[in-house]
Amino acid sequence: MNSITRPSLPPGGIANLSRRGLLGAAGIGTLLLGFGLPTAARAQKGPPMSRHATAVAAYLQIRPDGTIRLLSPFVEGGQGIATSSAQIIAEELDADPAQFVVECAPAGAEYQIMFGDQVRFTGGSFSTRASYTTFRKLGATARAMLVQAAAQRWGVPTAEVTTSPGRVLHAASSRSLGYGELAEAAAKLPVPADASLKDAAQFRVIGKPTPRLDVRAKSTGAAKYGIDSAAPGMLQAAIAHAPRLGQEPATLGNEAAVRAMPGVHSVHRLPGAVAVLADRWWRARQAVEALEIGWTGGTLPEDFSSASQLAGFKAAAGGAAQVAETRGDLEAGMRGAAKVVEAEYDAPYLAHAQLEPPSALAVFAADGTLDLTMPNQAPEMYREVAAKLAGLQPGQVRIHSPLLGGFFGRHFLYDTANVFPQAIALAKAVGRPVKVIWSREEEFRRDAYRPLSYTKLRAGLDAQGMPVALQAVAVGEGPLGRHMAGFLANPKVDDSVVEGLTEKPYGIAHHRVDYVHSKQPVNIGFWRSVAHSMNDFFYESFLDELAVTAGRDPFEYRMALLAGSPRHATLLKAAAELSGGWQRGPYDAADGTKRARGCAMASPFGSEVATIAEVSLKDGEVVVHHLWVAIDPGQIVNPAIVAAQVRSAAAIGLSSALLEEVVFEKGEPQALNFDAYPILPPARMPQISVRIVESGAPMGGVGEPGTPGVPPAVANAVAALTGQRIRSLPLAKARLGTT
Amino acid sequence: MVQFSLNGAPVALDVPPEASLLQALRGPAGLSGPRFGCGTERCGSCMVLLDGVPSCACTLAAESCAGRAVVTVEGLGTREAPHPLQAAFLAEQAGQCGYCLSGILVSAAALLARDPAPAEEAIRAALDPHLCRCGSHNRIIRAVQRAARAMPAPSDSHGPAATGTGDVNRMAGS
Repeated sequence: MNSITRPSLPPGGIANLSRRGLLGAAGIGTLLLGFGLPTAARAQKGPPMSRHATAVAAYLQIRPDGTIRLLSPFVEGGQGIATSSAQIIAEELDADPAQFVVECAPAGAEYQIMFGDQVRFTGGSFSTRASYTTFRKLGATARAMLVQAAAQRWGVPTAEVTTSPGRVLHAASSRSLGYGELAEAAAKLPVPADASLKDAAQFRVIGKPTPRLDVRAKSTGAAKYGIDSAAPGMLQAAIAHAPRLGQEPATLGNEAAVRAMPGVHSVHRLPGAVAVLADRWWRARQAVEALEIGWTGGTLPEDFSSASQLAGFKAAAGGAAQVAETRGDLEAGMRGAAKVVEAEYDAPYLAHAQLEPPSALAVFAADGTLDLTMPNQAPEMYREVAAKLAGLQPGQVRIHSPLLGGFFGRHFLYDTANVFPQAIALAKAVGRPVKVIWSREEEFRRDAYRPLSYTKLRAGLDAQGMPVALQAVAVGEGPLGRHMAGFLANPKVDDSVVEGLTEKPYGIAHHRVDYVHSKQPVNIGFWRSVAHSMNDFFYESFLDELAVTAGRDPFEYRMALLAGSPRHATLLKAAAELSGGWQRGPYDAADGTKRARGCAMASPFGSEVATIAEVSLKDGEVVVHHLWVAIDPGQIVNPAIVAAQVRSAAAIGLSSALLEEVVFEKGEPQALNFDAYPILPPARMPQISVRIVESGAPMGGVGEPGTPGVPPAVANAVAALTGQRIRSLPLAKARLGTT
Repeated sequence: MVQFSLNGAPVALDVPPEASLLQALRGPAGLSGPRFGCGTERCGSCMVLLDGVPSCACTLAAESCAGRAVVTVEGLGTREAPHPLQAAFLAEQAGQCGYCLSGILVSAAALLARDPAPAEEAIRAALDPHLCRCGSHNRIIRAVQRAARAMPAPSDSHGPAATGTGDVNRMAGS
């Protein structure tokens, strides 16, 4: 499916998509607002408001029984967005969030409420901050219409009409009506443009730990994911992907025998794959596994390996660089330094390893239009590509976005990593609905992996050991440039390679981040916290090295460097306080283990995070006992969901730090299932304590920021315990011994 | 055709001889609770109880279940009458994407059936076959502990009911 085209994007791109976006950090707002946010939104110091904010009919359906159906722009994949979106709307609508039934909206312009109403997607930890003001206005507008409808029915002035959750009241006459009884009349009224928002001091729902709306269905087995979707008369397809990317099927040795297997309908050659269609998926899978397929060609070279890619990046590091960010005069700073420290860091390819294998169901209707049901984080982007593949107009394709069994960045447009092109091709070929499911092995073969990455760091220290100059040279290629180049603020610098090295809070006078573009032939994608997932490990580990070189405590060293950044200093202190006071160790714990702690900061997705990890060693393996994470997302909607997201993000960060690595040998990923790609098991899950600091800064993201501080905090703790500096992840590769 | 007891009711399912139990459950039995995750007993998403014992349905031959009792998450309770575990998972908000929960709930039910007051370590051991990519592990463990406290002690209880209490308190901050 190499013909997949990129989604069209506004000319000039969308500034700082993966890094800050929206209002971003104070001081760089004008850059971030380069794509035409309404002035009013800027002035009110809150997240922006969409012009669709009053499109009540597109979003809300209040049913006669009082339940409220929300068609949300965002897809629920465990992050809690359905609940927190319902909360925001319920606050202004004056409703009980528990009355909401939330579904992901179909593709449509009225749901493109992000970045000046140009796009919508679920990712980049953007959902809540991108919709907060819009959803408030939506709820307030719907409430105003219900009040108006009641006033008309009762023949009283609207000023005398009030609401309580789910009901409209007229106190003077002791009358009341449920929203469900008024919804039909309210829907016929003109939509007011001037519904006013509550004073935040009056909030009843926002800021409360409202229970999630989806846990009941998920704990009874009733929840339906993409893999559960079905259509009458559908055939099911199993896929055999080429072992190496870009190989094409040349020969099918036993095709006739496979066609004769029970339940098999047909065998199809697809770009880079062979599919078998059968009445049941399991039969299709057995059949496709029985096929003797000869492959030819291949864009991923036969001698490609993770090691060769890393060597390639190292060789490229001295090449032409773009300056991603600079302040001061790096070389002058280095010349004046008393000591120069250098280090090289790298991090591996990672798989998303979401538990739900990807799938797609394609159903062509009698009129030629197409229904597509599949896990996806961006319905309009999928629709545009699907329409091209099907030979239709976008308006002839309906996108259905079910619950996601985890995603972590897996379900964007990723060319060969997408299932739906196969489903469309097969459904067209056989003239029947087709559901394609990738087995776990086929998923590991064709995931869009977190990129392998390599960064050189160099610092000049003054006579007291404090850094006066620091340079980071990031080498590689990122998913933004690969798959969504139109989103790059600066087309020459891939933010999804350098974020996490840039925008550091530390007071280092001369600071430069360089970017060396070096392509990698593997398909790459966004993985939870994107480049922060490795860059914060690189930078914060290196900072720890500098502290050790200077003979300073790493926590105090950071505090000294944060003297000019009170927000960050406050947060780092909060993390230390949460952990019972900073101590690096090593020290003897009550259970007889020798333990040590490491700390790290990160500034991902508009939020600030400080992380402390406590580790010991057992049989040469790192045991993480406790993670303490302080997060400052500015302001929040649901503290329980924020805390759950921070813990979730920390867990995946720990999993990546300890265990995860997709290794390529001879052009093929070696791990094809969880036996060879372990993820954090229950036994290795530490306690995770979270403190939420609401500084009142512009709202940041919460889904990803908990991830990037964990690998460096753990590696720094290991260094404190063993004296060994880990510069290449995962830790499972390292031989560790106690001091 | 294979006949067994599914969630307390007899079923006769038309599946090919080579079919796995997971195929039978997600196919002709029409259930979605048992999930397909890895197909190799490495993730626990498909876990069901076979005569009360947690078993990965993805590799279990459907035919081998003939005449036996299979319980899936759907058989633990209903929306109206949830199993104490399901109520506890709600109370603890123990779940995010939810894909792992069907398997975890049946494994936890089997644990509580044999050990009504499991220590935290016993819970972690029982849940060891289960992957959770969302990192909900600690809330899941707390939910199992909560369910243990809520369930009536069986008359032949083989241990003091309060065994897990210390662990609950220690977990409270996590």
